[in-house]
Amino acid sequence: MRYSLASLLANALTGNKNWKPVWREPEPKRSYDVIIVGGGGHGLATAHYLAKEHGITNVAVIDKSYLGSGNVGRNTTIVRSNYLLPGNEPFYEWSLKLWEGLEQDLNYNAMVSQRGVLNVFHSDAQRDSFVRRGNAMRFHGADAELLDNDQVRALVPFVDLDNARFPIRGGLYQPRGGTVRHDAVVWGYARSADQRGVDVIQNCAATGFRVEKGRIVGIETEKGFIGAKKVALSVAGSSSRVGEMVGLRLPIESHVLQAFVTEGIKPLLDTVITFGAGHFYCSQSDKGGLVFGGDIDGYNTYAQRGNLPVVEDVAEGGMALIPAIGRLRILRSWGGLLDMSMDGSPIIDRTDIDGLYFNGGWCYGGFKATPAAGWCFAHLIATGQPHPYAAAYRFDRFASGRVIDEKGMGAQPNLH
Amino acid sequence: MRITCPYCGARGLEEFTYRGDATVTRPSSIDARATEAWVDYVYLRDNPAGLHKEFWQHSAGCRAWLEVARDTTTHEIVAVELAAKER
Repeated sequence: MRYSLASLLANALTGNKNWKPVWREPEPKRSYDVIIVGGGGHGLATAHYLAKEHGITNVAVIDKSYLGSGNVGRNTTIVRSNYLLPGNEPFYEWSLKLWEGLEQDLNYNAMVSQRGVLNVFHSDAQRDSFVRRGNAMRFHGADAELLDNDQVRALVPFVDLDNARFPIRGGLYQPRGGTVRHDAVVWGYARSADQRGVDVIQNCAATGFRVEKGRIVGIETEKGFIGAKKVALSVAGSSSRVGEMVGLRLPIESHVLQAFVTEGIKPLLDTVITFGAGHFYCSQSDKGGLVFGGDIDGYNTYAQRGNLPVVEDVAEGGMALIPAIGRLRILRSWGGLLDMSMDGSPIIDRTDIDGLYFNGGWCYGGFKATPAAGWCFAHLIATGQPHPYAAAYRFDRFASGRVIDEKGMGAQPNLH
Repeated sequence: MRITCPYCGARGLEEFTYRGDATVTRPSSIDARATEAWVDYVYLRDNPAGLHKEFWQHSAGCRAWLEVARDTTTHEIVAVELAAKER
Protein backbone atom coordinates (compact mmCIF):
# COMPACT_ATOMS: atom_id res chain seq x y z
CA MET A 1 0.00 0.00 0.00
CA ARG A 2 1.19 3.45 -0.88
CA TYR A 3 0.79 5.91 1.99
CA SER A 4 -1.00 9.13 1.15
CA LEU A 5 -3.57 11.50 2.60
CA ALA A 6 -6.25 9.44 0.83
CA SER A 7 -5.04 6.16 2.37
CA LEU A 8 -4.85 7.80 5.78
CA LEU A 9 -8.40 9.13 5.52
CA ALA A 10 -9.80 5.88 4.11
CA ASN A 11 -8.28 3.89 6.97
CA ALA A 12 -9.33 6.40 9.59
CA LEU A 13 -12.92 6.25 8.38
CA THR A 14 -12.92 2.43 8.53
CA GLY A 15 -11.65 2.34 12.11
CA ASN A 16 -7.99 1.71 11.25
CA LYS A 17 -8.77 -2.00 10.99
CA ASN A 18 -7.45 -2.54 7.49
CA TRP A 19 -3.78 -1.60 7.80
CA LYS A 20 -1.59 -4.45 6.58
CA PRO A 21 1.82 -5.51 7.90
CA VAL A 22 4.39 -3.43 6.07
CA TRP A 23 6.71 -6.31 5.18
CA ARG A 24 6.36 -10.04 4.64
CA GLU A 25 7.98 -12.65 6.85
CA PRO A 26 9.29 -15.07 4.22
CA GLU A 27 11.17 -18.32 4.69
CA PRO A 28 14.59 -18.23 3.02
CA LYS A 29 14.81 -19.49 -0.56
CA ARG A 30 17.55 -21.98 -1.49
CA SER A 31 19.71 -19.32 -3.03
CA TYR A 32 19.92 -15.62 -3.85
CA ASP A 33 21.99 -13.36 -6.04
CA VAL A 34 22.97 -11.33 -2.97
CA ILE A 35 22.66 -12.06 0.74
CA ILE A 36 23.15 -9.14 3.08
CA VAL A 37 24.15 -10.24 6.56
CA GLY A 38 22.80 -7.73 9.08
CA GLY A 39 19.33 -6.18 8.98
CA GLY A 40 20.22 -2.86 10.54
CA GLY A 41 19.85 0.51 8.88
CA HIS A 42 22.89 -0.04 6.67
CA GLY A 43 21.92 -3.55 5.53
CA LEU A 44 18.34 -2.57 4.70
CA ALA A 45 19.45 0.64 2.98
CA THR A 46 21.84 -1.46 0.90
CA ALA A 47 18.97 -3.77 -0.09
CA HIS A 48 16.75 -0.79 -0.96
CA TYR A 49 19.35 0.82 -3.22
CA LEU A 50 20.37 -2.53 -4.78
CA ALA A 51 16.75 -3.00 -5.82
CA LYS A 52 15.92 0.58 -6.72
CA GLU A 53 19.15 1.87 -8.29
CA HIS A 54 20.61 -1.34 -9.71
CA GLY A 55 17.55 -3.54 -10.35
CA ILE A 56 18.93 -6.40 -8.25
CA THR A 57 15.94 -7.81 -6.37
CA ASN A 58 16.82 -11.48 -5.82
CA VAL A 59 18.22 -10.42 -2.47
CA ALA A 60 17.88 -11.58 1.14
CA VAL A 61 18.66 -9.56 4.24
CA ILE A 62 19.19 -11.81 7.25
CA ASP A 63 19.39 -10.72 10.87
CA LYS A 64 19.94 -12.67 14.07
CA SER A 65 17.15 -10.77 15.84
CA TYR A 66 14.21 -8.53 14.99
CA LEU A 67 14.52 -5.41 12.86
CA GLY A 68 15.58 -2.36 14.81
CA SER A 69 16.98 -4.38 17.72
CA GLY A 70 20.60 -3.38 17.19
CA ASN A 71 22.54 -0.16 16.78
CA VAL A 72 19.94 1.49 14.56
CA GLY A 73 17.74 1.72 17.65
CA ARG A 74 20.56 2.65 20.02
CA ASN A 75 21.94 5.87 18.58
CA THR A 76 21.07 9.50 19.32
CA THR A 77 19.46 10.05 15.88
CA ILE A 78 21.66 12.97 14.80
CA VAL A 79 22.43 13.60 11.13
CA ARG A 80 25.04 16.10 9.92
CA SER A 81 27.86 16.47 7.41
CA ASN A 82 30.35 18.61 9.31
CA TYR A 83 33.50 16.70 8.44
CA LEU A 84 36.91 18.06 7.55
CA LEU A 85 38.85 15.60 5.41
CA PRO A 86 38.40 15.13 1.64
CA GLY A 87 37.89 11.35 2.06
CA ASN A 88 34.96 11.99 4.42
CA GLU A 89 33.12 15.20 3.60
CA PRO A 90 31.73 14.37 0.12
CA PHE A 91 30.43 11.05 1.48
CA TYR A 92 28.65 12.57 4.48
CA GLU A 93 27.30 15.45 2.41
CA TRP A 94 25.82 12.93 -0.03
CA SER A 95 24.32 11.14 2.96
CA LEU A 96 22.70 14.37 4.16
CA LYS A 97 21.29 14.97 0.67
CA LEU A 98 19.80 11.47 0.71
CA TRP A 99 18.30 12.15 4.15
CA GLU A 100 16.67 15.27 2.71
CA GLY A 101 14.87 13.21 0.06
CA LEU A 102 14.43 10.03 2.11
CA GLU A 103 10.75 10.29 2.98
CA GLN A 104 9.71 10.90 -0.63
CA ASP A 105 12.03 8.12 -1.80
CA LEU A 106 10.63 5.60 0.70
CA ASN A 107 7.05 6.94 0.90
CA TYR A 108 7.51 6.73 4.65
CA ASN A 109 7.49 9.32 7.41
CA ALA A 110 10.95 9.14 8.97
CA MET A 111 10.46 12.45 10.80
CA VAL A 112 13.50 14.04 9.17
CA SER A 113 13.93 17.28 11.11
CA GLN A 114 16.56 19.71 9.86
CA ARG A 115 16.75 21.61 13.10
CA GLY A 116 20.46 22.43 12.75
CA VAL A 117 23.60 21.25 14.50
CA LEU A 118 25.59 23.75 16.57
CA ASN A 119 29.16 23.05 17.71
CA VAL A 120 30.28 25.68 20.24
CA PHE A 121 33.92 26.67 20.65
CA HIS A 122 35.74 28.11 23.63
CA SER A 123 39.09 29.55 22.52
CA ASP A 124 40.80 31.33 19.63
CA ALA A 125 42.61 28.16 18.61
CA GLN A 126 39.39 26.18 18.57
CA ARG A 127 37.71 28.95 16.56
CA ASP A 128 40.49 28.68 13.97
CA SER A 129 40.03 24.94 13.68
CA PHE A 130 36.23 25.33 13.36
CA VAL A 131 36.68 27.99 10.67
CA ARG A 132 38.89 25.58 8.78
CA ARG A 133 36.29 22.83 9.13
CA GLY A 134 33.49 25.16 8.03
CA ASN A 135 35.47 26.20 4.96
CA ALA A 136 36.19 22.55 4.11
CA MET A 137 32.47 21.84 4.35
CA ARG A 138 31.59 24.75 2.07
CA PHE A 139 34.23 23.71 -0.47
CA HIS A 140 32.32 20.44 -0.77
CA GLY A 141 28.94 22.10 -1.15
CA ALA A 142 27.73 21.65 2.43
CA ASP A 143 26.36 24.51 4.52
CA ALA A 144 28.25 26.00 7.44
CA GLU A 145 27.89 29.27 9.32
CA LEU A 146 30.22 30.77 11.87
CA LEU A 147 28.19 32.27 14.73
CA ASP A 148 29.44 34.86 17.18
CA ASN A 149 28.37 34.90 20.80
CA ASP A 150 25.27 37.00 20.28
CA GLN A 151 24.07 34.62 17.58
CA VAL A 152 24.71 31.63 19.85
CA ARG A 153 22.79 33.39 22.63
CA ALA A 154 19.86 34.06 20.31
CA LEU A 155 19.76 30.41 19.25
CA VAL A 156 20.22 28.75 22.66
CA PRO A 157 19.73 31.39 25.37
CA PHE A 158 19.98 28.89 28.23
CA VAL A 159 23.59 27.77 27.62
CA ASP A 160 26.28 28.93 30.03
CA LEU A 161 28.10 31.38 27.75
CA ASP A 162 30.11 32.89 30.56
CA ASN A 163 31.23 29.66 32.20
CA ALA A 164 34.29 30.56 34.30
CA ARG A 165 36.38 27.66 33.03
CA PHE A 166 35.11 27.24 29.45
CA PRO A 167 33.42 30.46 28.28
CA ILE A 168 31.74 30.09 24.89
CA ARG A 169 33.27 32.24 22.13
CA GLY A 170 30.91 31.29 19.30
CA GLY A 171 29.87 28.30 17.28
CA LEU A 172 29.96 26.51 13.95
CA TYR A 173 26.39 25.94 12.80
CA GLN A 174 25.10 23.60 10.12
CA PRO A 175 21.43 24.51 9.56
CA ARG A 176 20.77 21.45 7.35
CA GLY A 177 21.84 19.03 10.07
CA GLY A 178 19.30 17.69 12.53
CA THR A 179 17.64 14.51 13.69
CA VAL A 180 15.73 11.61 12.12
CA ARG A 181 13.51 9.10 13.87
CA HIS A 182 15.81 6.07 13.88
CA ASP A 183 13.16 3.30 14.12
CA ALA A 184 11.28 4.80 11.19
CA VAL A 185 14.46 4.67 9.12
CA VAL A 186 14.79 0.93 9.54
CA TRP A 187 11.06 0.35 9.04
CA GLY A 188 10.96 2.56 5.98
CA TYR A 189 13.94 0.89 4.30
CA ALA A 190 12.62 -2.59 5.20
CA ARG A 191 9.19 -1.80 3.73
CA SER A 192 10.65 -0.36 0.57
CA ALA A 193 13.07 -3.27 0.05
CA ASP A 194 10.31 -5.77 0.75
CA GLN A 195 7.96 -4.12 -1.75
CA ARG A 196 10.67 -4.44 -4.39
CA GLY A 197 10.98 -8.19 -3.76
CA VAL A 198 13.78 -8.39 -1.20
CA ASP A 199 13.31 -11.13 1.43
CA VAL A 200 13.84 -9.69 4.91
CA ILE A 201 14.50 -12.69 7.17
CA GLN A 202 14.48 -11.96 10.88
CA ASN A 203 15.64 -14.17 13.77
CA CYS A 204 18.02 -16.11 11.53
CA ALA A 205 21.65 -15.73 12.62
CA ALA A 206 24.51 -16.48 10.26
CA THR A 207 26.58 -19.29 11.75
CA GLY A 208 29.21 -19.79 9.05
CA PHE A 209 30.28 -19.08 5.50
CA ARG A 210 30.96 -21.51 2.69
CA VAL A 211 33.94 -20.66 0.48
CA GLU A 212 35.01 -22.79 -2.46
CA LYS A 213 38.22 -22.10 -4.42
CA GLY A 214 38.49 -18.61 -2.96
CA ARG A 215 34.92 -17.70 -3.84
CA ILE A 216 31.91 -17.36 -1.55
CA VAL A 217 29.09 -19.76 -2.43
CA GLY A 218 26.69 -19.21 0.44
CA ILE A 219 26.17 -18.94 4.15
CA GLU A 220 25.21 -21.31 6.94
CA THR A 221 22.36 -20.02 9.06
CA GLU A 222 20.08 -21.16 11.86
CA LYS A 223 17.61 -22.04 9.08
CA GLY A 224 20.14 -24.06 7.09
CA PHE A 225 22.44 -23.35 4.16
CA ILE A 226 21.50 -20.54 1.77
CA GLY A 227 23.39 -20.26 -1.49
CA ALA A 228 24.52 -16.86 -2.78
CA LYS A 229 26.53 -15.42 -5.65
CA LYS A 230 27.53 -12.50 -3.45
CA VAL A 231 27.51 -11.98 0.30
CA ALA A 232 27.65 -8.54 1.91
CA LEU A 233 28.56 -8.11 5.57
CA SER A 234 26.86 -5.17 7.25
CA VAL A 235 27.21 -6.00 10.93
CA ALA A 236 29.05 -3.03 12.47
CA GLY A 237 29.54 -3.61 16.18
CA SER A 238 30.07 -7.31 15.59
CA SER A 239 32.23 -7.19 12.46
CA SER A 240 35.15 -9.03 14.07
CA ARG A 241 32.90 -11.77 15.43
CA VAL A 242 31.24 -12.37 12.07
CA GLY A 243 34.47 -11.78 10.14
CA GLU A 244 36.24 -14.43 12.20
CA MET A 245 33.84 -17.06 10.78
CA VAL A 246 35.31 -16.44 7.35
CA GLY A 247 38.89 -15.73 8.41
CA LEU A 248 38.79 -11.92 8.25
CA ARG A 249 41.11 -10.24 10.76
CA LEU A 250 40.09 -6.58 10.85
CA PRO A 251 41.57 -3.21 11.90
CA ILE A 252 38.68 -2.90 14.34
CA GLU A 253 38.02 -3.04 18.09
CA SER A 254 34.49 -3.29 19.51
CA HIS A 255 33.66 -0.55 22.01
CA VAL A 256 30.53 0.75 23.72
CA LEU A 257 28.96 4.22 23.49
CA GLN A 258 26.39 5.17 26.11
CA ALA A 259 23.40 7.44 25.58
CA PHE A 260 20.85 8.93 27.95
CA VAL A 261 17.37 10.38 27.90
CA THR A 262 15.67 12.53 30.52
CA GLU A 263 12.03 12.83 31.49
CA GLY A 264 9.94 14.73 28.96
CA ILE A 265 9.72 18.50 29.29
CA LYS A 266 8.15 21.30 27.27
CA PRO A 267 10.06 22.48 24.18
CA LEU A 268 13.46 23.81 25.26
CA LEU A 269 16.09 22.88 22.73
CA ASP A 270 15.13 23.26 19.06
CA THR A 271 18.54 22.39 17.61
CA VAL A 272 21.34 19.91 18.25
CA ILE A 273 24.10 21.33 20.40
CA THR A 274 27.58 20.03 21.19
CA PHE A 275 30.01 21.16 23.86
CA GLY A 276 33.50 21.97 22.57
CA ALA A 277 35.51 21.69 25.77
CA GLY A 278 34.46 18.21 26.77
CA HIS A 279 32.44 15.67 24.88
CA PHE A 280 28.71 16.22 25.22
CA TYR A 281 25.96 16.48 22.62
CA CYS A 282 22.27 16.98 23.15
CA SER A 283 18.97 17.28 21.32
CA GLN A 284 15.34 17.18 22.40
CA SER A 285 13.15 14.34 21.18
CA ASP A 286 9.61 14.89 19.94
CA LYS A 287 8.37 13.28 23.16
CA GLY A 288 10.18 16.04 25.07
CA GLY A 289 13.08 14.15 26.61
CA LEU A 290 16.58 15.52 26.26
CA VAL A 291 18.66 12.91 24.46
CA PHE A 292 22.38 13.17 25.08
CA GLY A 293 25.70 11.37 25.16
CA GLY A 294 29.43 11.85 25.21
CA ASP A 295 32.60 9.82 24.82
CA ILE A 296 32.88 6.11 24.25
CA ASP A 297 33.86 4.10 27.32
CA GLY A 298 37.21 3.34 25.72
CA TYR A 299 37.89 -0.35 26.25
CA ASN A 300 37.05 -3.45 24.21
CA THR A 301 33.58 -4.73 25.01
CA TYR A 302 30.64 -6.62 23.56
CA ALA A 303 28.44 -6.08 26.64
CA GLN A 304 26.07 -3.37 25.25
CA ARG A 305 26.39 -1.51 28.52
CA GLY A 306 28.99 0.89 29.91
CA ASN A 307 30.45 1.94 33.22
CA LEU A 308 29.91 4.82 35.62
CA PRO A 309 33.01 7.02 34.96
CA VAL A 310 31.64 7.94 31.52
CA VAL A 311 28.18 8.58 33.00
CA GLU A 312 29.80 11.07 35.38
CA ASP A 313 31.84 12.64 32.59
CA VAL A 314 28.78 13.10 30.36
CA ALA A 315 26.79 14.59 33.26
CA GLU A 316 29.62 17.04 33.97
CA GLY A 317 29.74 18.07 30.32
CA GLY A 318 25.99 18.60 30.33
CA MET A 319 26.12 20.72 33.48
CA ALA A 320 28.94 22.86 32.06
CA LEU A 321 27.01 23.60 28.86
CA ILE A 322 23.38 23.68 30.05
CA PRO A 323 23.26 24.17 33.84
CA ALA A 324 19.46 23.76 33.83
CA ILE A 325 19.90 20.13 32.82
CA GLY A 326 20.72 19.42 36.47
CA ARG A 327 17.03 19.89 37.29
CA LEU A 328 16.06 16.94 35.14
CA ARG A 329 16.02 13.26 36.00
CA ILE A 330 17.57 10.71 33.67
CA LEU A 331 14.94 8.18 32.69
CA ARG A 332 16.99 5.69 30.75
CA SER A 333 20.52 5.00 29.64
CA TRP A 334 21.77 2.37 27.24
CA GLY A 335 24.84 1.31 25.32
CA GLY A 336 25.45 0.44 21.70
CA LEU A 337 28.32 -1.59 20.29
CA LEU A 338 30.68 0.15 17.91
CA ASP A 339 33.18 -1.04 15.37
CA MET A 340 36.01 1.34 16.34
CA SER A 341 38.38 1.31 13.39
CA MET A 342 42.00 2.16 13.99
CA ASP A 343 41.84 5.56 12.25
CA GLY A 344 38.28 6.46 13.23
CA SER A 345 36.90 6.10 9.69
CA PRO A 346 34.77 3.40 8.07
CA ILE A 347 35.45 0.64 5.53
CA ILE A 348 33.31 -0.15 2.47
CA ASP A 349 35.31 -2.55 0.36
CA ARG A 350 35.80 -5.92 -1.28
CA THR A 351 37.56 -8.62 0.70
CA ASP A 352 40.19 -11.14 -0.42
CA ILE A 353 37.39 -13.67 -0.92
CA ASP A 354 35.64 -13.31 -4.29
CA GLY A 355 32.03 -12.24 -3.89
CA LEU A 356 32.39 -11.24 -0.23
CA TYR A 357 31.93 -7.54 0.52
CA PHE A 358 32.40 -5.64 3.75
CA ASN A 359 30.75 -2.56 5.26
CA GLY A 360 31.81 -1.67 8.80
CA GLY A 361 34.14 0.27 11.05
CA TRP A 362 31.56 3.04 11.52
CA CYS A 363 32.82 4.04 14.96
CA TYR A 364 30.18 6.26 16.64
CA GLY A 365 28.98 7.78 13.34
CA GLY A 366 27.07 5.02 11.60
CA PHE A 367 23.54 6.38 11.87
CA LYS A 368 24.07 9.61 9.93
CA ALA A 369 25.86 7.57 7.26
CA THR A 370 23.00 5.10 6.75
CA PRO A 371 21.70 6.29 3.35
CA ALA A 372 25.09 6.95 1.76
CA ALA A 373 26.58 3.76 3.17
CA GLY A 374 23.69 1.80 1.66
CA TRP A 375 24.04 3.72 -1.61
CA CYS A 376 27.81 3.19 -1.91
CA PHE A 377 27.74 -0.41 -0.65
CA ALA A 378 25.00 -1.27 -3.16
CA HIS A 379 27.10 0.33 -5.91
CA LEU A 380 30.13 -1.76 -4.89
CA ILE A 381 28.12 -4.99 -4.76
CA ALA A 382 26.36 -4.35 -8.08
CA THR A 383 29.32 -3.07 -10.12
CA GLY A 384 32.35 -4.47 -8.30
CA GLN A 385 33.80 -0.97 -8.22
CA PRO A 386 33.97 1.36 -5.21
CA HIS A 387 31.64 4.34 -5.43
CA PRO A 388 33.61 7.60 -5.83
CA TYR A 389 32.19 8.99 -2.56
CA ALA A 390 33.48 5.95 -0.66
CA ALA A 391 36.68 5.48 -2.65
CA ALA A 392 38.85 6.27 0.37
CA TYR A 393 37.14 3.74 2.64
CA ARG A 394 39.40 0.82 1.65
CA PHE A 395 41.10 -1.90 3.64
CA ASP A 396 44.48 -1.15 2.07
CA ARG A 397 44.65 2.39 3.43
CA PHE A 398 46.18 1.11 6.65
CA ALA A 399 49.11 -0.63 4.92
CA SER A 400 49.59 2.19 2.40
CA GLY A 401 49.50 4.96 5.01
CA ARG A 402 46.45 6.73 3.50
CA VAL A 403 44.52 6.59 6.75
CA ILE A 404 41.62 9.02 7.25
CA ASP A 405 42.35 10.27 10.72
CA GLU A 406 39.63 12.93 11.11
CA LYS A 407 40.73 13.78 14.64
CA GLY A 408 44.49 13.39 14.11
CA MET A 409 44.81 10.96 16.98
CA GLY A 410 46.83 8.05 15.59
CA ALA A 411 46.10 4.36 15.52
CA GLN A 412 44.33 3.95 18.82
CA PRO A 413 40.56 3.54 18.70
CA ASN A 414 39.76 4.87 22.16
CA LEU A 415 41.28 8.26 21.28
CA HIS A 416 39.03 8.89 18.28
CA MET B 1 34.34 -2.18 36.75
CA ARG B 2 37.11 -2.23 39.35
CA ILE B 3 40.65 -3.40 38.73
CA THR B 4 42.79 -4.89 41.51
CA CYS B 5 46.19 -3.25 41.11
CA PRO B 6 48.97 -5.47 42.53
CA TYR B 7 50.36 -2.43 44.38
CA CYS B 8 47.25 -0.42 45.32
CA GLY B 9 44.43 -2.96 45.67
CA ALA B 10 40.96 -2.77 44.11
CA ARG B 11 40.43 0.66 42.54
CA GLY B 12 37.72 2.24 40.36
CA LEU B 13 37.93 2.28 36.58
CA GLU B 14 38.34 6.08 36.50
CA GLU B 15 41.91 5.70 37.84
CA PHE B 16 43.02 3.61 34.88
CA THR B 17 43.94 4.31 31.27
CA TYR B 18 43.36 1.74 28.57
CA ARG B 19 45.99 0.84 25.98
CA GLY B 20 44.48 -2.18 24.26
CA ASP B 21 45.31 -5.70 23.12
CA ALA B 22 48.31 -7.18 25.00
CA THR B 23 48.80 -10.10 22.66
CA VAL B 24 50.19 -8.24 19.65
CA THR B 25 53.98 -8.32 19.31
CA ARG B 26 56.01 -5.33 18.24
CA PRO B 27 58.28 -6.36 15.34
CA SER B 28 61.98 -6.09 16.13
CA SER B 29 62.97 -5.35 12.54
CA ILE B 30 62.80 -1.92 10.90
CA ASP B 31 63.53 -3.55 7.53
CA ALA B 32 61.06 -2.41 4.84
CA ARG B 33 60.32 -6.07 4.18
CA ALA B 34 58.82 -6.26 7.67
CA THR B 35 55.99 -3.86 6.64
CA GLU B 36 53.37 -6.57 6.83
CA ALA B 37 54.38 -7.42 10.40
CA TRP B 38 54.14 -3.73 11.33
CA VAL B 39 50.70 -3.34 9.76
CA ASP B 40 49.65 -6.38 11.72
CA TYR B 41 51.02 -4.97 14.96
CA VAL B 42 49.69 -1.43 14.58
CA TYR B 43 46.28 -2.05 13.01
CA LEU B 44 44.96 -5.62 13.03
CA ARG B 45 43.23 -7.07 16.09
CA ASP B 46 41.56 -10.36 17.04
CA ASN B 47 38.94 -8.36 18.98
CA PRO B 48 37.52 -11.45 20.71
CA ALA B 49 34.08 -11.71 22.33
CA GLY B 50 35.16 -13.37 25.56
CA LEU B 51 38.52 -13.45 27.30
CA HIS B 52 40.73 -10.53 26.24
CA LYS B 53 44.29 -9.84 27.44
CA GLU B 54 44.84 -6.11 27.53
CA PHE B 55 47.11 -3.39 28.89
CA TRP B 56 45.87 -0.85 31.43
CA GLN B 57 47.95 1.79 33.22
CA HIS B 58 47.11 2.79 36.78
CA SER B 59 47.60 6.38 35.63
CA ALA B 60 45.91 8.10 38.58
CA GLY B 61 47.60 5.78 41.08
CA CYS B 62 50.99 4.08 41.10
CA ARG B 63 51.35 4.47 37.30
CA ALA B 64 52.25 0.80 36.89
CA TRP B 65 51.38 -0.86 33.58
CA LEU B 66 49.16 -3.89 34.09
CA GLU B 67 48.20 -6.84 31.96
CA VAL B 68 44.56 -7.61 32.64
CA ALA B 69 42.57 -10.65 31.50
CA ARG B 70 38.94 -9.57 31.16
CA ASP B 71 35.78 -11.04 29.65
CA THR B 72 34.54 -8.57 27.03
CA THR B 73 31.01 -9.97 27.16
CA THR B 74 30.53 -9.55 30.94
CA HIS B 75 33.29 -7.10 32.02
CA GLU B 76 34.44 -9.70 34.59
CA ILE B 77 38.12 -9.28 35.42
CA VAL B 78 39.75 -12.70 35.58
CA ALA B 79 43.39 -11.87 36.30
CA VAL B 80 45.67 -8.86 36.80
CA GLU B 81 49.45 -8.94 36.71
CA LEU B 82 52.26 -6.48 36.15
CA ALA B 83 53.02 -5.94 32.46
CA ALA B 84 56.73 -5.77 33.35
CA LYS B 85 56.87 -9.47 34.20
CA GLU B 86 59.55 -11.76 32.78
CA ARG B 87 58.53 -12.74 29.26
